[in-house]
Amino acid sequence: MLKQTEGSKAVAEAIALCRPEVICAYPISPQTHIVEALGEMVKSGNLTPCEFINVESEFAAMSVAIGASAAGARAYTATASQGLLFMAEAVYNASGLGLPIVMTVANRAIGAPINIWNDHSDSLSQRDSGWMQLFAETNQEALDLHIQAFRLAEELSMPIMVCMDGFILTHAFERVDMPTQQQVDDYLPPFEPRQVLDPAEPVSIGAMVGPEAFMEVRYLAHAKQMQALELIPQLAAEFKETFGRDSGGLVRSYCIEDAETVIIAMGSILGTIKDVVDEMREAGHKIGVLGIISYRPFPLEQVRAALLGCKRFLVLEKSLAVGMGGIVATDVRMAVSGSGLKGFTAVAGLGGRPIPKSSLHTLFRQAEKEDLPPVTFLDLDWDAVNKQLEREKTTRRSGPAAENILHDKGIVSAKFG
Amino acid sequence: MGFQAVKFYQTGTFTVGNRLLAPDERSLQSVETRSNSINSGHRACQGCGEALGARYAIDAAMAESNNQLIAANATGCLEVFSTPYPESSWQVPWIHSLFGNAAAVATGIAAAMKVKGRPEVRVVAQGGDGGTTDIGFGCLSGMFERNDDVLYICYDNEGYMNTGVQRSSATPPAARTATTMPVGPEPGNVFGQGKNVPEIAMAHGIPYVATATVADLRDLEYKVRKAMKMHGARYIHIFVPCPLGWGTASHDTIRMARMAKESGTFPVFEAEYGEVTGVLKIRHKIPVEEYMKPQRRFAHLFGKNAHPETVARIQAIADRNIRKYGLLEDEGN
Amino acid sequence: MPNKPFAITLKPGTSLANLTGTWRTTRPVYLDRLPPCNNACPAGENIQGWLFHAESGDYEQAWRVLVQDNPLPAVMGRVCYHPCEGACNRGQLDSPVGINSVERFLGDEAIKLGWKFNAPATASGKKVLVVGAGPSGLSAAYHLARMGHQVEIHEAGPLAGGMMRFGIPKYRLPREVLDAEVQRILDMGVTLKLNTKVENIALSMKQHGFDAAFLAVGAHIGKRTFIPSGDAAHIIDAVSVLRSMEGEDKPMLGRKVIVYGGGNTAIDVARSVKRMGAEPIVVYRRTRDKAPAHDFEIEEALQEGVMIKWLSTIKQADAGAITVEKMALDDKGYPQPTGEFETLEADSVVLALGQDVDLSLLEGVSGLEIVDGTVQVSPNMMTGHPGIFAGGDMVPSERTVTVAVGHGKKAALNINAWLNDATYEPAPKHELAGFDKINPWYYSDADKTVRPMLDIIRRQTSFDEVQGGLDETNALFEARRCLSCGNCFECDNCYGVCPDNAVIKLGPGKRFKFNYDYCKGCGMCATECPCGAIKMVPEET
Repeated sequence: MLKQTEGSKAVAEAIALCRPEVICAYPISPQTHIVEALGEMVKSGNLTPCEFINVESEFAAMSVAIGASAAGARAYTATASQGLLFMAEAVYNASGLGLPIVMTVANRAIGAPINIWNDHSDSLSQRDSGWMQLFAETNQEALDLHIQAFRLAEELSMPIMVCMDGFILTHAFERVDMPTQQQVDDYLPPFEPRQVLDPAEPVSIGAMVGPEAFMEVRYLAHAKQMQALELIPQLAAEFKETFGRDSGGLVRSYCIEDAETVIIAMGSILGTIKDVVDEMREAGHKIGVLGIISYRPFPLEQVRAALLGCKRFLVLEKSLAVGMGGIVATDVRMAVSGSGLKGFTAVAGLGGRPIPKSSLHTLFRQAEKEDLPPVTFLDLDWDAVNKQLEREKTTRRSGPAAENILHDKGIVSAKFG
Repeated sequence: MGFQAVKFYQTGTFTVGNRLLAPDERSLQSVETRSNSINSGHRACQGCGEALGARYAIDAAMAESNNQLIAANATGCLEVFSTPYPESSWQVPWIHSLFGNAAAVATGIAAAMKVKGRPEVRVVAQGGDGGTTDIGFGCLSGMFERNDDVLYICYDNEGYMNTGVQRSSATPPAARTATTMPVGPEPGNVFGQGKNVPEIAMAHGIPYVATATVADLRDLEYKVRKAMKMHGARYIHIFVPCPLGWGTASHDTIRMARMAKESGTFPVFEAEYGEVTGVLKIRHKIPVEEYMKPQRRFAHLFGKNAHPETVARIQAIADRNIRKYGLLEDEGN
Repeated sequence: MPNKPFAITLKPGTSLANLTGTWRTTRPVYLDRLPPCNNACPAGENIQGWLFHAESGDYEQAWRVLVQDNPLPAVMGRVCYHPCEGACNRGQLDSPVGINSVERFLGDEAIKLGWKFNAPATASGKKVLVVGAGPSGLSAAYHLARMGHQVEIHEAGPLAGGMMRFGIPKYRLPREVLDAEVQRILDMGVTLKLNTKVENIALSMKQHGFDAAFLAVGAHIGKRTFIPSGDAAHIIDAVSVLRSMEGEDKPMLGRKVIVYGGGNTAIDVARSVKRMGAEPIVVYRRTRDKAPAHDFEIEEALQEGVMIKWLSTIKQADAGAITVEKMALDDKGYPQPTGEFETLEADSVVLALGQDVDLSLLEGVSGLEIVDGTVQVSPNMMTGHPGIFAGGDMVPSERTVTVAVGHGKKAALNINAWLNDATYEPAPKHELAGFDKINPWYYSDADKTVRPMLDIIRRQTSFDEVQGGLDETNALFEARRCLSCGNCFECDNCYGVCPDNAVIKLGPGKRFKFNYDYCKGCGMCATECPCGAIKMVPEET
């Protein structure tokens, strides 16, 4: 059923169709609308049987989900940014225990400085947590990925994050095709846990494991993600059969067949990139796009296969490995290692910095000419940065950088202190 | 003055069992068919109070729930000594997640049982004092506040014993730990204001809060069984001496707990909906000194460089407990 | 465990594979220690053992365990000075267990319900002569009969009981109680010949073909002392007074009766004559705390109106009056004359200065050694003459009914061995269960049950029994005050307090055993054992 709705609401409805049994939530922008909508559905009796628990922190949210999942309930939560970091210990624990929890991450920057806007720093910080991470390009895909996520998580008994750009997707009203309950039921069987806390058959979950078996446990987690590389495309194909549309999968390419330059990105920015690519294609540029949907597991083979025909690639990512550069780019370079392909990294849109088409046009043209440093910081205000660096050289107590920069930019006129 | 009923026996109800008591008057621990919720072969130290307290409590909870029990466990000694791969001591379905989240994990389990329509399955969470009064405090308070259907049991041995005896917020004043060494002008742990988690639990107004010790088995079993008969958030704080951390003889664990109670150091009481409804009276009051002296963690307060003023302050705390909870039998009236 | 996550999810209860017993450096062992009461009992009773059954209300079984050592519980429950209670560990908690009162209760129950002794073992064909039907002789006869020997008691007096009858007043030991317990012994087939004084033991044995003899003649001859006295002074010894109480002819002592001495006999006489309407005054040369009489008897005498003049000696006895001299204790506690005199009205003076045994029956027996009026016996109670054993007042020992009963039992055991050409070897004594072995916490606070006392007016005017007995309820209560020192009473503490579930409960009456596969040797079971029935011993390397 087609409807115009907010991304968060669409996702909430999709989750409800997946018949979650325990939902726990702690509010954090920009995740709030999702859990608010679910809370209302449970409270009103439209989503039943389901327990909606308002917890006191994200750490508790994930912990409640762990308990519920271990006891055989389909468990869901959602978070973002600081919240994801606050629950980090439990995030690792959920995957370590092999609990198929589904969590929406409404991607948002991580402070300090505190910032509520979108980038991918939060979920990418949990890169090695053992969770699978799927990135949605559109609200429709966000909705669809959640349905696939429950299936995927429960098949493998591993948790999964569905990542959607905060505000850009969560708060955007778009048309979506909302599946029917029957469709979802056909696609997603009831949760049959691999292990369950049940007095009828007691088990001890969460043993202390020493050097004699720890590596094997970790390897098995890795092996599961390797299995996911095969399962994700299968589930996407099944999804298409049931729901009649392409959604999910490991990667999605666009205009890549004859592309000499391929732009690689994750999430909603892919839409803007495709627009720019369309415009450049019209101007005769041999440029294409590779969207990565499955960040974890990372589809090395698929990325390599997609890129082998091009001459160069540019990874445009909303994340920064401080002191190193790109995060996604590192994985992409790993995928094409030995191929001799020239690769560039552009760090863009951190903390919600707009990524205008004009900047992309310039950037992509520079990439085509290979006229880029290894890491580009898109639309960085070098003047402000340099001034601050200069200040810090001369004055030890040069004051807070962010405030100084705002001041330099004239955004803040009053003089503090 | 009449005589006590024939039911009276030489050991009253202080012993574990008694050949002369009717089976229903004996403690669960006296029964051959008790659950032994923690099986033999666990790796707790000799004379571990927590191993004992946990078996007492979980056996009672199992009995009261007709074995329909699931336990969530915080990281700590209890978790480590009971479930080192490849062996588990637990006879109940049991999960260990993290140090600070046992209460929340239990909430999740309880929610799962509710949604699955299995109200007969009851949930306990358990942790040490570190996992309860410190790192797990947020989750604990949240579970209380929501009145989730969980019985949380804290086994209080007054420190982080698993990591090598460091101070927790349950460590008593002046006690020596690895992070509060007996050096300087005020040796040992600081005299803070204390962090009375049972009272904090009561402040949440939850249905049931109780304290207990491994030295008062009947009382402990009564409290666990009572708690298990109720629903909503319940909290039992069990005092479990630690021979390793306290520097006491392994055979003195129960004796230490008894002396803590008899000196007023550890008040044993129960409360419903925030109000104290009963206290276990002191039978033979002893000075705190008698309780402290056998413990090496207090050794610096006695002997050559004694700190009688510090002992007096600790005595004052015990006296305050005695007054506050009315731990002595009324004298005279 | 298929289909469960590797390593992190485990099967329940699998820690049984980890045998923690290897950690142990000391191991707990169960043992029976010797309860202080048993240790103190001159009759060798297994007091803790019979209380154990009384605690469960099985009074007959309790009585049967009791009479394995002592055939006179109803008597004991009245006249024994119960050193057991003095030794009782419970005395250090509140007050000793009223062992004596429970014993009396059991004895009275046995009489009331007509419990009989078990039939003797098969006849041995041996004949044993017992001389004297006092406590020692009756005890020996009983034990010998149980062992299958044919026993004949020759008693010089007209009635059985010896000093129990002729030395202990009725108000302490009603005669029907004594008669009942004597009769029960005779019912086993023991022959009692009254008014049969053995003049010559060797002759008696030979004449009647006895294989062995046990001599248990009481100390019936009152000791005399020289008191300057006028012709009219009426001086008589205490034993004669007490003996005459049993007969038809009550002694003629007058109204003012002076009793000279500070022992139990003196008190008994004073209390007896008080009951006959006289006004007794006890004269004793030392102080109350130095008097050999039991303090409770002195107290009861004082309650009944007996006067006692402490620190006084009789210097002169005349018709109707005596002169006493005041004494003072010197540095060493000996009484010394002060030269201060006083005259007391006295219709008669009763000398209660101790008793001697009539040893005339031993004349002509070879190998005997007699010192200070007593027969010397070896540790097996045999005199220097083979086959002749002796006990009770005849041998050097404390002279109480309980000691005498103990002698009887010990002699019987040795006579039995001697008749079989064997030596009786008593089982080695267990180590003592002193108060330091007890964990007193576990015992409920319960003070001793006070036995009812007869109304004071009736105590002053009648020979009714002064001290009442316990009823079933409070006898049970009293029995249950027993700490069961040193002997497991199945309180389940060890089973409960073991953090390693390493104690196996074997079921009612079967106690417990340790599972050394898992016992880490923490010692909690031993510390928390209420009665000290567990001991930690170093682990063998």
